[in-house]
Amino acid sequence: MSYDVLVIGGGPAGLSAALNVRARGRSVLVVSNPLEENPLWRAEKVDNYLGLPGMSGPQLLTALRRHAEEAGAEFCAGKVLNAVRMGDTWYVSIGSDMENAKALVLAAGVARGKKFPGEAEFLGRGVSYCATCDGMLYRGKPVAVLGYGDAARREAEFLQSIGCSVTYFDRPKHCAITGGTQVEAVTCDGETVPAAGVFLLRPTMAPTDLFPGLAVENGYVTVDRRMATNLPGLFAAGDCTGGPLQVSKAAGEGLVAGQSAAGYAAELSRKTNLK
Amino acid sequence: MAINHLKTAEFDAAVDAAPLAMVDFWASWCGPCKMLSPVVEAIAEQYAGKALVGKVNVDEEPELAARFGVMSIPTVVFLKDGREFDRKVGVMPAEAFTSVLDENL
Repeated sequence: MSYDVLVIGGGPAGLSAALNVRARGRSVLVVSNPLEENPLWRAEKVDNYLGLPGMSGPQLLTALRRHAEEAGAEFCAGKVLNAVRMGDTWYVSIGSDMENAKALVLAAGVARGKKFPGEAEFLGRGVSYCATCDGMLYRGKPVAVLGYGDAARREAEFLQSIGCSVTYFDRPKHCAITGGTQVEAVTCDGETVPAAGVFLLRPTMAPTDLFPGLAVENGYVTVDRRMATNLPGLFAAGDCTGGPLQVSKAAGEGLVAGQSAAGYAAELSRKTNLK
Repeated sequence: MAINHLKTAEFDAAVDAAPLAMVDFWASWCGPCKMLSPVVEAIAEQYAGKALVGKVNVDEEPELAARFGVMSIPTVVFLKDGREFDRKVGVMPAEAFTSVLDENL
């Protein structure tokens, strides 16, 4: 399915972007983790959202999501693993599915934590970010899942179901991946287990892992006043562009990014129609 | 059709005969592989007659996947006279692959 705009992330920035794409009459798909996994869900009270004092995180998120849904935004639960632009189209892989769009809005929040020792070195040689993608290559082998959320648990169950022997680490803090030409073991918070595969299932990918060549500063995506990044057709909004990590700032940036992305998609359609 | 679907039995003969080969390890259940597929097909057409561009389905040819130590897909392996000299893991723009081919033509 082809969309005008695809939004990565379903928090305040992503939902605001989606709403504003719809307000310009363009189609939009939001790809996100379940609402309950959004960091805002854990906020007991949000007191600085103008005009709506004292709302809880879940109340606010639910209201924002409903608003975007009612405006006609489409939703898909999952994690974007890859994005690549070919011609004038962005192709995005979500687990075993693929979608495409004329423009993207990156609103996936902040990727917390640094890479673990061995993670980059063994990527593709035992380290994987996607159980449904690579699980089959580890049938009958010991694997470790470093899980950061409920979606990670489901992926661990999937690995178990296809015949991997799974060790699950729940939100480990300090890990190191070791081996020779391929992964042989992983140590998490003092416990070492043998593993042919290590599945690192974080809620959010680092922006530069998702978009090679994306300009960042101190880990935050570099954007201009229109929330455009250095990559054509890619806009960014919310926590991933930097602080303050607050709902109003995210919603405001989402509005700008949504309008810019909708404008970009409209311009592309106009050019294509002229050809 | 410039793309070769390589089977285990014919793999060695095919890559040995080619001075330069690029092989994409993929599977039908892999979303990123679906994304890379049009890129690889375009490269196959672009380099027809200059390099062998092939695909290996890891479900159908598990021996080949194991022999090349493919632990994540898509993985693209580059071979010269049948010997691996480079590989790329994950979805990348076409230039990431064509630059390797161009340097080794």
